[in-house]
Amino acid sequence: MTRFAAGTFTPSPGRGSVARMLLTQARTEFVLTLRNGEQLLLTLLIPLGMLVGLTLLQVLPVPSPRVDNVTPRILALAVMSTAFTGQAIALGFDRRYGVLKRLAATALPRWSLVAGRMLAVLGVVLVQLIVLGAVAAALGWHPAPAGVAPAALLVLAGTAAFGALGVLLGGVLRAEVVLAVANTVWLLLVVAGGIVLSVSALPHPLSALAAALPSGALAEGLRSALVLGATPWGALAVLLAWASGAGLLAARTLRLS
Amino acid sequence: MNPPAAVEVRGLVRTFGTVRAVDGLDLLVQPATVVALLGPNGAGKTTTVEVCEGFLHPDAGVVRVLGLDPLADSAALRPRVGVMLQGGGAYPGVRAGEMLALVAVCAARPLDVGWLVDVLGLTGVARVPYKRLSGGQQQRLALACALVGRPELVFLDEPTAGLDPQARRLVWDIISRLRADGVSVLFTTHAMEEAEALADQVVIIDHGRVVAQGSPTELTTSGTERQLRFGARPGLDLVSLATALPAGCRASEPRPGGYLVEGAIDPQVMATVTAWCAQHGVFAEDLRVSRRSLEDVFLELTGRELRS
Repeated sequence: MTRFAAGTFTPSPGRGSVARMLLTQARTEFVLTLRNGEQLLLTLLIPLGMLVGLTLLQVLPVPSPRVDNVTPRILALAVMSTAFTGQAIALGFDRRYGVLKRLAATALPRWSLVAGRMLAVLGVVLVQLIVLGAVAAALGWHPAPAGVAPAALLVLAGTAAFGALGVLLGGVLRAEVVLAVANTVWLLLVVAGGIVLSVSALPHPLSALAAALPSGALAEGLRSALVLGATPWGALAVLLAWASGAGLLAARTLRLS
Repeated sequence: MNPPAAVEVRGLVRTFGTVRAVDGLDLLVQPATVVALLGPNGAGKTTTVEVCEGFLHPDAGVVRVLGLDPLADSAALRPRVGVMLQGGGAYPGVRAGEMLALVAVCAARPLDVGWLVDVLGLTGVARVPYKRLSGGQQQRLALACALVGRPELVFLDEPTAGLDPQARRLVWDIISRLRADGVSVLFTTHAMEEAEALADQVVIIDHGRVVAQGSPTELTTSGTERQLRFGARPGLDLVSLATALPAGCRASEPRPGGYLVEGAIDPQVMATVTAWCAQHGVFAEDLRVSRRSLEDVFLELTGRELRS
């Protein structure tokens, strides 16, 4: 009568390995990001276009050598685009499609719902750093060797700060609203948040504000690390403050659907 | 000691704002049995299931799943329970096999993902992103996600909604096999024939309360109420027929030429009807006695008016 052999569904429940669950979730979300055209535009094409454009065209007052001063800002832009904007939008739509509820119904630990996303974001950031770094090198980029390690720390802290803000935004509102807000905030921060224009180039009250924003802190921090070879503790502290503040808030507000 | 019930709910209340979605509901699913939660839209089926799955907290009442508290013991419970969400649950851009592999890796001894994709007829759309799958294909993936971890209890929220007849048949086969293999099943539906065909116990709920429960046979043969139907020329004298019938039997003509006698139908009543027909020169065609269908019971209990 039935097409299934006896014993096909005999129960044999159990929890899988937490490490494998976390890695599989992160790998799945990583692959999905790279497969998504709009995400690629945001995470790679726009930063690439701006890197090449700002380096070769004399459109903005940038100190020489241009590529050395432009590249740190573009890396900050890349981190912000992936960890904040791309992540918030993906989370908004994943919630709409019931992904979080689906995963929350498995043996996957609850903390992994967010940890897996962060791991996937870090993977995408790594791809961005490799691609953007290679193109910048081809344009003649020479980062200060002493600043590479501090820059790596800044990228991690910046990913955490923007990632927490992305979860905060994408975890509460409706998908369309997330899309609109995430893109608007992205544009505002690019123009007035210390990403394209240096914090010191902004008009007075805005420059103080931008330095305290994660965008300004990350861009200025990466610049002083990669141009001057400094370790910008102040910028690192600002980013960690944003990461913990937004992270604590997001943990309370995240909705599964 | 007996194993605990697969699901035991007592006095469950859950409100959303001012709406009491579930209002003092009791529910029992014995191990290795299939229970259908049957009710019109908005009756409280999904709310009840989501409380059992640990997605919603109860406002009042006691909920035990495999003897555990779905919220407090969530981590211990989730590996043992398979969940099929209403409307699915997958990344918009994910492929069916990728999603199922992700859910499978959460289990210690999952079913073979490739086999399950094949059996559920998803091999042909293996590279299509989830958002471009048809509703029926998304449903089948959701079912696969519920089964892949070899759970001892599955919650299926409207497992056949939007499926074509072949796929529905497949889901019925799976549910039958689950029970035979010792898996407990709680599913929601508003398809009568589905509850009748699959469930050991049917629980009919409306406005968040249980209005009837029992095996399909118990529900449809409650009391001595049966129906006798026959076809003849339209416009027979129903008053004359009713006079011939014993007290408690009612005669009606629900559609022209289709007659219905309801009540305690026994051989005597049947003889009375055929004798009356003979007297009046009526040739009764398709004469048959039947018990009520589950649909009759359902409509009687939940009303015939359309719900918004």
